[in-house]
Amino acid sequence: MGLNDPGQYEGEQLRYAAWLHWSTLLGFLTLIGTFVAYALGILPARIPLEHLPQVWNLPADEYLKVTGMPKGWAWIGMLGSGDLASFLGIAILSGCSIFCILAVIPVYAKRRDWIYLILCVLEIAILVSVASGLISGKH
Amino acid sequence: MMRCLPLTLFFFAHPVFAAGAATGASAWWVWPLALFVVCFFLGIVAVPAGVGGGVLFVPIVGSFFPFHLDFVRGAGLLVALASSLAAGPSLLKVGLANLRLAMPLAFGASISAIGGAMLGLALPADVVQVALGLTILGIVVLMAVARKSEYPQVPASDPLSGMLGIHGMFRDAISGKDVSWQVHRTPLGMALFLVIGFLGGLFGVGAGWANVPVLNLLMGVPLKVAAGTSSLILTTASSSATWYYLDNGAILPIIAVPSVVGMMIGARIGAHLLSVLNASVIRRMVIAMLFVSGVGALLKGLGIWA
Repeated sequence: MGLNDPGQYEGEQLRYAAWLHWSTLLGFLTLIGTFVAYALGILPARIPLEHLPQVWNLPADEYLKVTGMPKGWAWIGMLGSGDLASFLGIAILSGCSIFCILAVIPVYAKRRDWIYLILCVLEIAILVSVASGLISGKH
Repeated sequence: MMRCLPLTLFFFAHPVFAAGAATGASAWWVWPLALFVVCFFLGIVAVPAGVGGGVLFVPIVGSFFPFHLDFVRGAGLLVALASSLAAGPSLLKVGLANLRLAMPLAFGASISAIGGAMLGLALPADVVQVALGLTILGIVVLMAVARKSEYPQVPASDPLSGMLGIHGMFRDAISGKDVSWQVHRTPLGMALFLVIGFLGGLFGVGAGWANVPVLNLLMGVPLKVAAGTSSLILTTASSSATWYYLDNGAILPIIAVPSVVGMMIGARIGAHLLSVLNASVIRRMVIAMLFVSGVGALLKGLGIWA
């Protein structure tokens, strides 16, 4: 492969960029929308905002014990709570890479670019494992 | 305007204010508001200083704000992730970020970032604080002495980069010329990205400070492509560690969201001010801020400064 074919991979770059753009936009809008609803009290919080200064100086595991906040993906069933609804935007932003890599897999498959195809599959396996809580081994 | 940041930090670190926070006497909204203001200024200086927001955020907020370091690191990862996600699409479109170069490096970094996040949440906070202080002081030295090469000479690509098809071309907007590039020392670069990913996950600092020198000085990637690809790598590496922090309850929206929004608004203004600010002065100021916050983290971890 020489340097005279720099445009060879342009298709995958542009596809990745498009998915990154739209998924990031969705993540930001969700993050800001849910946070505004939380901060203004439109969505009630599980931990009242005025109580937060008493718990935000605790280590994460102690904070969970003291407040009874859910671990892992349990928050997904409690999106009516403002403090947990904000996790939706964070999860979308954290998941952007997964959407983008999934989007370029067909490009690699069509080109029979096996190394990058395998790399994509492995990367998705890693990200999905950690996102699902499998890697932490605590669930 | 740049003088406002040290003054803001001084105000919020003042014993009277800090005592109010410790006893819960200050209103809850004061700290998220302070976080937004500080992150806004950090965002402004981060762009001309050529560093990511995360590396400024964690030591400064960890030293001067009342939040536990677990939540500061979780927010720091989200700040680094959000900044890189926002920049990614345009960098990819103009060829300043290269997917083929980023993917193998990001793969290793994303695995080791999870390892760093696991260790970071398992260790006592004071141990992490001391290690963070030492790392930040190391970054200060790196930023002070590291040189950059606009167009490094790469006589021949190495076999691994040849096999992976890592090469590219971009149009330099200043010279108007098309610049072709290839890389060498790919195996060593991959090994170093494992270390960088680990540190990023451990401290929640993002890793642009290390990504760019490795891509540029070691692997021979042109400086602009190194900076753009570093950002793309962070979208994946920070993502894996962020998932781990989120899964383990170490992300508090009340800390993370004002930080992300403040930093992103500040970064947009910083990018617009790039042509009027003296970048070398800002860079020196950022190095000084990192030095102070690194010493602060070290003293806090050692129990000398509460």
